[in-house]
Amino acid sequence: MASMRDIKRRKGSIQSTQQITKAMKLVSTVKLQKAKGRAEQTDPYFQYMYRTVSSILAHSGNMDHPYLRSGESKKKAIVVLTSNRGLAGGYNANVVKLITESDDVAKEDVVIYAVGRKGIEILERKGYHIEVDASKIMENPTYPDAAALCKRVLDDFAEGKIGEIYLAYTHFKNTVSQEAQLIRMLPVEVSEPSEEKSSREILMNYEPNEQEALNQIIPKYVTSLFYGALVEAVASENGARMQAMDSATSNAEEMIEDLSLKYNRARQGSITQELTEIIAGANAIE
Amino acid sequence: MEKTFDVEIITPDRVFYKGTADLLEFNTESGEIGVYRDHIPLTTVLEPGLVTIHHGDEEQVAAVHAGFAEILGDKVTLLAELAEWPEEIDLERAEAARERAEERIHNRNDNLDLKRAEFALHKALIRINLAEYR
Repeated sequence: MASMRDIKRRKGSIQSTQQITKAMKLVSTVKLQKAKGRAEQTDPYFQYMYRTVSSILAHSGNMDHPYLRSGESKKKAIVVLTSNRGLAGGYNANVVKLITESDDVAKEDVVIYAVGRKGIEILERKGYHIEVDASKIMENPTYPDAAALCKRVLDDFAEGKIGEIYLAYTHFKNTVSQEAQLIRMLPVEVSEPSEEKSSREILMNYEPNEQEALNQIIPKYVTSLFYGALVEAVASENGARMQAMDSATSNAEEMIEDLSLKYNRARQGSITQELTEIIAGANAIE
Repeated sequence: MEKTFDVEIITPDRVFYKGTADLLEFNTESGEIGVYRDHIPLTTVLEPGLVTIHHGDEEQVAAVHAGFAEILGDKVTLLAELAEWPEEIDLERAEAARERAEERIHNRNDNLDLKRAEFALHKALIRINLAEYR
């Protein structure tokens, strides 16, 4: 059995770790609340943007537009949203897994536009080509920052450097459940209009014309998609961290309990031993 | 007959305005337009500028930068990347931005910068304009 001193030292170290994880949990809880509020405020903009784009596409039928078909390049751009800091459980690993384990994208054809240092670290080690590192955005996501990165990606698309654009991020379902997702941003992919849509079937006019309207609106749509994902990713990151830290804290609690028990046993053992020795010594003198 | 219609101005960070109006004026790429109830359905690209929301005798003015508008008979939605009320304008900052932009336009060294400077100037001018409505 380990000595009393060893057990005491180990218990002390676990206790200080527990204090850290507890503090981190509190911090990420507060951050999560903030991020969640932001995500909720971003939602109406995105929803409306989505509705508008789908209704334009639904009305305009088979319009031929560069944004609606894949480019000629075989390269696929993936915008990867991960965190700058670790200790968030499987948060970063899950996002990266989407890319490394997906079957239809070969490593050589992937161009990574990364936001978040952790994702970059893992992907670089695995030998992916990182085109842009925009990790700074993650600290405090703002719309202009998101727009700047999106413009970069869209320019590369327009120049034919990349043929398709994907987005890998963590969808924030609720506080306890986040899900890593890989979605296609370009060419635009719109689900079939649902039944209730047909009720607002009206003849929409476009100014200057449909083509031009699409030209203007789709970059904004992609940017809003990206910005929405960014805000959600921040919320997910803090949610994941909160959960990870919560389980770390309770694990530490368990270990401390276990060690306290061991410590007390060792203490009792040593007292009993001392007593036996004293009694045996006294008996010997008599 | 009812003459008002719903107006929503939505930006990525918030629902900027939600209410009703009987006349809405704003700038589009093809010029300034005023919208009454029962306008034909129209989707149009916004030009940075002022939006005026008329409600009876009252009017509210705001600035929008980049975005588009969807006009339906009884509802107008402006999706703007940035929108501001007059109270939110920092006049000193806008003036400073205007001077910077003007300076850049005067001493330009390459053409790439010019477009950005002109855009910045435009933005600053809108803000200064808007501040007058306080």
